[in-house]
Amino acid sequence: MVERLGAWAIELIQEMGRMLLFVLSSFAWLTRPPLRIVQIVKQLHFIGYKSTFVVVLTAGFTGMVLALQGYYTLRKFGSEGLLGSAVALSMIRELGPVLAALMVTARAGSAMTAEIGIMRITEQIDALDTMAINPLQYLIAPKLVAGLIGVPLLVAIFDVVGIYGGYLVGVELLGGNGGAYWNSIESAVDWKDVYGGILKSISFGLIVSWVCCYKGFFTRHSAEGLGRATTEAVVLSSVLILVWDYFLTSVLL
Amino acid sequence: MIKLVGVEKTLGGQRVLQGIDITIPAGKLTTVIGKSGEGKSVLLKHMIGLLQPDRGQVWVGDVEISRLKGRALNDVRKRFAMLFQGAALFDSLSVFENVAFPLREKLRMKGTEVTRRVEEKLEQVGLEGMGHKFPAELSGGMKKRAGLARALVMEPEIILFDEPTTGLDPLMAKSIHDLIVAMHQRFKFTAVMVSHEIPEVFGISDWVAMLRKGKIALMAPAAEFVKTTDPEIQEFISVSGPVALSGTASR
Repeated sequence: MVERLGAWAIELIQEMGRMLLFVLSSFAWLTRPPLRIVQIVKQLHFIGYKSTFVVVLTAGFTGMVLALQGYYTLRKFGSEGLLGSAVALSMIRELGPVLAALMVTARAGSAMTAEIGIMRITEQIDALDTMAINPLQYLIAPKLVAGLIGVPLLVAIFDVVGIYGGYLVGVELLGGNGGAYWNSIESAVDWKDVYGGILKSISFGLIVSWVCCYKGFFTRHSAEGLGRATTEAVVLSSVLILVWDYFLTSVLL
Repeated sequence: MIKLVGVEKTLGGQRVLQGIDITIPAGKLTTVIGKSGEGKSVLLKHMIGLLQPDRGQVWVGDVEISRLKGRALNDVRKRFAMLFQGAALFDSLSVFENVAFPLREKLRMKGTEVTRRVEEKLEQVGLEGMGHKFPAELSGGMKKRAGLARALVMEPEIILFDEPTTGLDPLMAKSIHDLIVAMHQRFKFTAVMVSHEIPEVFGISDWVAMLRKGKIALMAPAAEFVKTTDPEIQEFISVSGPVALSGTASR
């Protein structure tokens, strides 16, 4: 049993090392020509633009349910006027970055893993190698950059839509004071909150694209291997997002 | 042109190549045959550096590539093209874009010159007018043709073929073989082919090599190979009947 535990620990450390080398090599290739601007824009379209609908949907309902729960809780203390700040701070500091990143993981991350995994299984990545084109530069680096740019933009959309969703429920539906809603946001939210949200969103964007690309790139040559890679990518990305969220929050607060 | 010296390779705990010594003659079509699972594709991938041997050397011309990486390996790979078993066409690109891919990426070619060369290659492989289609819309034979066009478009010195006719019906397999032979005769590249198509390979190959138990059991010109007195090799190549020099089984 000790031997098995040791073997597992060694395999884990080797895997972590491989992942680190993978992302560092990919970023190193970014600096070498050709610069792959077209691929970056295509990936931004896929990761960012095409995730907008699901992010807006999630944000809207998250803001609405937050306002619903918040209103009745705050009313017990006669503090309905603070609903705006409660919704906004929750969105900007936590829910926006985390939920947007989880939605991107589920939608775009799994698709990235599957796409790259199928390319691995059907030898398309080998074909790139034989044409003396580095797969990290052509395939992976643009996805990493798109994740770093796209997820923060989606988080910004998430925050705005979520705050408006909260307004819809808290003011329009439940009869709260609209002026108090926006005033409490203005007085409670400062640049430190926004900055923290941006930092989280950038790091979550890196986590999603890094993990999902890695799992796809090293898929085993079978349908079962592809299925496992996709599942592992989504699970690992989601767990890392939540774990990193805790550590980053503890540093920022 | 290509030489493997004492190449050994273990994959997944299994010793696949156990001391390969083989020299591929320049400008000739050499076919590697052997039972399934002997390591023919593994051998092929060593020639282009997709795999590195655990021991031994791989020479391409006067460059030893077994420990090369990065730019040095890419410089050697520029002499090669490869047709993979499933053609390995890029799914998100059309046939035209697949064939144009090496021209745009490696030669930074643009515009009408790309169009001219791609359409020329598509015509040579019998896919004229098919440039707009995507790989998912193609049959197996059409994919192989498109893959061959992509391999030929850079006019490489060496082309590797990994089971180019696997999965195709006999008529389609023959047409792919005929196409490879025609392109080889026209462009005079060095060709290394892995194939299960016995006895057809004896009619199209200059040299034939048989892989057995991780080593080259025999390598000879096709006409001499079929006359071998090795009983195991004779049994393998005569499975469809005694082989005639035309590459057909005589009954």
